[in-house]
Amino acid sequence: MVWDWIPRNRELILGLLAEHLVLSLLPVLAGLVLAVPLGWLANRSPAARAVLIPTAGVLYTIPSLVLFVVLPGILGTQILDPVNVVVALTVYTVALLVRSVADALAAVPSMVVAAATAMGFRPARRFVAVEFPLAVPVLIAGLRVAAVSNISLVSVGALIGVGGLGFLFTDGYQKDFPTEIITGIVLSMLIALLTDALLLTLGRVLTPWHRLAGSRG
Amino acid sequence: MIEFREVTKRFPDGTVAVDALSLDVEAGRITVFVGPSGCGKTTSLRMINRMVEPTAGTILVGGRDVMDGDPAQLRRGIGYVIQQAGLFPHRTVLDNVACVPLLLGWSRKRARARAGELMELVGLVPETAGRYPAQLPGGQQQRVGVARALAADPPVLLMDEPFSAVDPVVRQSLQDELLRLQSELDKTIVFVTHDIDEALKLGDRIAVFRVGGVLAQYDRPGVLLARPADDFVDGFVGRDRGYRGLGFLSADGLPLGELRTMTVGESVPERGWTLVVDADRRPLGWVDGGRNGASATAVRADGLVPGGSLYDTGADSLRGALDAALSSPSGLGVAVDGTGAVVGSVSADDVLTRLAAARADGAAA
Repeated sequence: MVWDWIPRNRELILGLLAEHLVLSLLPVLAGLVLAVPLGWLANRSPAARAVLIPTAGVLYTIPSLVLFVVLPGILGTQILDPVNVVVALTVYTVALLVRSVADALAAVPSMVVAAATAMGFRPARRFVAVEFPLAVPVLIAGLRVAAVSNISLVSVGALIGVGGLGFLFTDGYQKDFPTEIITGIVLSMLIALLTDALLLTLGRVLTPWHRLAGSRG
Repeated sequence: MIEFREVTKRFPDGTVAVDALSLDVEAGRITVFVGPSGCGKTTSLRMINRMVEPTAGTILVGGRDVMDGDPAQLRRGIGYVIQQAGLFPHRTVLDNVACVPLLLGWSRKRARARAGELMELVGLVPETAGRYPAQLPGGQQQRVGVARALAADPPVLLMDEPFSAVDPVVRQSLQDELLRLQSELDKTIVFVTHDIDEALKLGDRIAVFRVGGVLAQYDRPGVLLARPADDFVDGFVGRDRGYRGLGFLSADGLPLGELRTMTVGESVPERGWTLVVDADRRPLGWVDGGRNGASATAVRADGLVPGGSLYDTGADSLRGALDAALSSPSGLGVAVDGTGAVVGSVSADDVLTRLAAARADGAAA
């Protein structure tokens, strides 16, 4: 390790770190926003489920590099445009979360939904006030997988020039300079762990009732 | 209050859940829908608040067709208690109860204050307000369910097998609690159950459904026991219906006989049964003068033969009177007043004579 390489390249490293965070977490947000209505639809209609869930499964199996290379053709973007990476990772996030959302909504006890309807909740309010909050624990589990998977996938983008910390791998490899590679690995692991811990905490804060279940007192 | 007019529900697969049902639910009373599974009792209940929409016929609540207007508005005016309570696991007990008032647009503060009152009404201690439903035992969850249904003070309360998931002891206390609440609130309650004993205990009127959604009989519980409409109702009402039917016959006019009583310390009479009472004339037990040479000795409190059930002249039916007679070691039932003091005796023969008279009057109705 050439330790003083790190402070000397502080600005480069911090810039790549910020880029890495945006490229991986922006798709998590966008994916969540898209997956909730799709998952709701999949839960509501068996026909929609029969289309959406297998499609999501297939999308997730497309290798990320292929998607990064093919997307510019579909979107009409430049090959080096970061939008390609954001869109590709959004696709993966949606693919992961549609199933999570559908399963989470299906797991809401039917008695609870029936009770809400009988009390006079209209469907939209019932979704916001009852069904969605009860889906949060399963949804958070899905988000944690999506976020960590995105953080590791962003690095692949370095092969097409937009990869956040992944740049440190390609650059370090070309220069045969392990310090740079190890810095990249450690930092991406750190942000993956931190993001995961943050989501876990967020889930706990949002669902105080969930931990208490079963602890009568 | 609630009128079913030729109501039929046919599901898309062709099954008829409810078949041309016509009945009037009396205002301010408990009406029980009872029957085996698949008899359409729950479907009938759910058509009242339009959770299920009828295929044909009309349901009127307070004179208004439930199919007119907005279902959500209709439901906010009708309390609903579901099996296993159906509480919102992510909301505290207080917020569960405050739900309908909030839907009706009350301020949060007013809704919570009201929820607090309701919790007290159904016997929930204030400490449970901040708990989540999963932290409460089943019986208390049911109380929360009832409080939630009553929060906006709806005139109509629908209860769908609300006590089926709790153990028998808790179920009994919840049933007693419901009867107590109803004596204060006078709601129009429609209660669905598959348990005929629950129906007989709670119902002012009972509608017995048979499989296929046909109404087999709709009557007061005493009539159901005394004169079942057909073999199905007879079989459904079950064993001991003659004996249980006595529970719905008033004991007014039942003659009370003399009863020999004495207190501890007095000498035992030469022969026959004597009831030993305390200073307030409450029964302690019996002594038999002819046994073990007990006569002429002083009665000791620890040597008494235990008595049977007591017949409370102010509250009990003929069933209570007969049980007192049958369970007494002397064959004479002990009749007491509201304070528990002995007022006389009752014999099984007198109960049967009274029963014959009631039959002759048609008073069983």
